[in-house]
Amino acid sequence: MKAAVLVFPGSNCDRDCKTAIETSVKGKVEMVWHQETELPSGLDLIVIPGGFSYGDYLRCGAMAAQSPVMAAVRREAERGVSVLGICNGFQILCESGLLPGALLRNSGLKYVCKPIELTIENRATRFTNAYGDKQTVWMTQGNGDGNFFADAESLKAIEDNEQVVFRYVENPNGSMNNIAGIINRAGNVLGMMPHPDRAFEAALGSADGAPMFKSLVDAVVA
Amino acid sequence: MKAPPLKAKVHVFLKPGVLDVQGKAVEGALHGLGWDGVANVRVGKLLEFDLDGSDPEAAKGELTAMCEKLLANTVIESYKVEVA
Repeated sequence: MKAAVLVFPGSNCDRDCKTAIETSVKGKVEMVWHQETELPSGLDLIVIPGGFSYGDYLRCGAMAAQSPVMAAVRREAERGVSVLGICNGFQILCESGLLPGALLRNSGLKYVCKPIELTIENRATRFTNAYGDKQTVWMTQGNGDGNFFADAESLKAIEDNEQVVFRYVENPNGSMNNIAGIINRAGNVLGMMPHPDRAFEAALGSADGAPMFKSLVDAVVA
Repeated sequence: MKAPPLKAKVHVFLKPGVLDVQGKAVEGALHGLGWDGVANVRVGKLLEFDLDGSDPEAAKGELTAMCEKLLANTVIESYKVEVA
């Protein structure tokens, strides 16, 4: 699998994502700086990592969504390339309009940083098909603005189209319908607040993130 | 001589109905200080900047475009522009 991990000023999980892909599925990973206008050719996966791009100035992900590399990501997404946005990456995908909704300040006003249990709501995606019959998984959460919001009409569409991929077992931040991760209608762009990149081997406390990368490799082979 | 720039102000607030947790926290603090009459606190942003041009109406069009593109997230925020 050939993957690109985007790097913005303020990204801090970019190397975690690289290591997660290299370790869990032996993927080849290139790091791509946010000022690039082109992505490497032949990509199977683009990862938008967690962190605090542009210092979270204005709104989380707002400036990153307008950066040159995101125009290239949009083109690749339209061609069907898999795009995975984790934490700040989810915020960037919402800000760029590639996913519906927005991430608000956590309802408790606190930065929530802890292991978190998730229900896999949709196992029929290219990101989750390797989870088999597993009902719940553990990953970690680390954000101040993870409170998923969508207006009533958008939320209904997200639910009706089975775009919710992960839900919190216990809601940590006020997210509507306990939503932790959603996918686009086409099924190739996924955004999630929890970190599979911090849960890809047992030494990290959980290896439940690894099947996500295995799913993506299976999708490439298939 | 170059004309002085227009002075732009852009107000950005969470839309009514979108929970403003900062507003709630500030409201609670004001109540704690004895201002019991305070209600419905909303915390927003004010952006001020200079803008080249002499036509305030054209400038408002530019500011609206800036809000739609970057300054506001219209999924959750509303905005108001002023030019002086």
